[in-house]
Amino acid sequence: MSSEQEAESIRCLVAKVGLDGHDRGAHVIARAFRDAGFEVIYSGLHKAPEEIVQAAVQEDVDVLGISILSGAHDTLVPKIMDGLEEYGAKDDTLVLAGGVIPEEDRAGLKDAGVAAIFGPGTSIEETIEFVRENAPQR
Amino acid sequence: MDPDDEALLEALLAGEHRALARVISKIENRSPGYRDLVSELYAHTGNADVIGITGSPGAGKSTLVDKLAEEYRDRGETVGVIAIDPSSPFTGGAVLGDRIRMASTVGDMDVFVRSMSARGTLGGLSTATADAVKAMDAFGKDKIIIETVGAGQNEIDIVRTADTVAVLVPPGSGDDIQTLKAGILEIADVFVVNKADRDGADRTVQELREMVHLGEEGGLGGDGHHGAGAMGGGDDRSDADTGDDSEESWTPPIVETVATKGTGVETFIDELANHRTYLVDSGTRAEKVRQRYAEEIRTLLREDVHSLLEDELAASGGIDDLADAVRRGETDPYSIASDVLGPVEACVENLETDVDADSGAE
Repeated sequence: MSSEQEAESIRCLVAKVGLDGHDRGAHVIARAFRDAGFEVIYSGLHKAPEEIVQAAVQEDVDVLGISILSGAHDTLVPKIMDGLEEYGAKDDTLVLAGGVIPEEDRAGLKDAGVAAIFGPGTSIEETIEFVRENAPQR
Repeated sequence: MDPDDEALLEALLAGEHRALARVISKIENRSPGYRDLVSELYAHTGNADVIGITGSPGAGKSTLVDKLAEEYRDRGETVGVIAIDPSSPFTGGAVLGDRIRMASTVGDMDVFVRSMSARGTLGGLSTATADAVKAMDAFGKDKIIIETVGAGQNEIDIVRTADTVAVLVPPGSGDDIQTLKAGILEIADVFVVNKADRDGADRTVQELREMVHLGEEGGLGGDGHHGAGAMGGGDDRSDADTGDDSEESWTPPIVETVATKGTGVETFIDELANHRTYLVDSGTRAEKVRQRYAEEIRTLLREDVHSLLEDELAASGGIDDLADAVRRGETDPYSIASDVLGPVEACVENLETDVDADSGAE
């Protein structure tokens, strides 16, 4: 007997993977997501794909945003996707990629399961809107 | 229970990390059916040591928790960490950053770190935290560490969930009058002067030592502030009585650490273990557990009554109209409260509560 009020909040992991050492963009996104009312977990710099997978699974995030500037996305992102699959988390995690990702690499990332890619110049509102519309309903 | 939840519970008990993560989300979200799920968890709990870590922002809590987890893992024990961060009062959003400091144990799934935001509801955080601890306990974690936001009343609620509370005091955190004030220092079972390589650490240790001695000699509360005496009174001490005349008491030790280097972490762990032994040997543990369950029951009841009243308010046109009426000088909050509660009180008087402490059945 109780009116259980639900207090759902969109949970996001903002992840920096690999060697690139610039996370200004990740900070900006984390702050913007916070202001949009999301709960944001920030991974910190220089994480291995397994570490990102571990955090995404333990934190049970709805959205995983991978920021990558180093050009290593073709190797690192698929590793993360495989890791999520291993824990049964791939299907209901919305994975986004952002940063410097050339046009010709985008189809490959989408095949790997990335839902959207936001390159330089994307407005933050657009990203937030996309998350609101596409965050998985569990 | 819903068949999906049934499956989820089984997966959690079977040690699937994702199931544990899901259950905690359900708890945080207060998803439909979460209460049934949590009440099923109780039967599988009671084996973990629950350690609360609190202290002011920047005291080094996350770093110390990281080293603590690493040391426990080296000793072959599994660890759950609940790291709490504040949420925005305006948007409800939060940046949960404590995970960044958990660098020593990444890649090791047997350290399960879960970030929680305060989500700002009345009593909600402490209930959610206590329930998340249940989930980790049922999952089979040996040690569960709760890391709080920082100093404040809320944190004191949360650390009530812990068996042992460590309070971090950074060097130079005020003059000795600070140690006389009521609040966070009173809840410590172990004091940790972290960043002990900094200037002023010796003085901070000295001030804490004086404070602890004052508490011992003064007889104004002694052990009572955090032990058996606080609620139990003198009438119900049977399981706390060790047969000795002088009741055993616990004097909070003061440990010096440098979390970034891992210095002092072993001593800290030893003191946590000592406190644990004390709790068991003195019978204080049983008392504490009972006290904790009492508090849980109260909190649940309070939340339920609160939401009943919220529904009642919404049905009668919402609180805004009432507040406006007060603003216009037509009435006052006290009259409104008694008007709203009147029928509830009448109902409660006619109610026969049927709570059976033996069966615990719903």
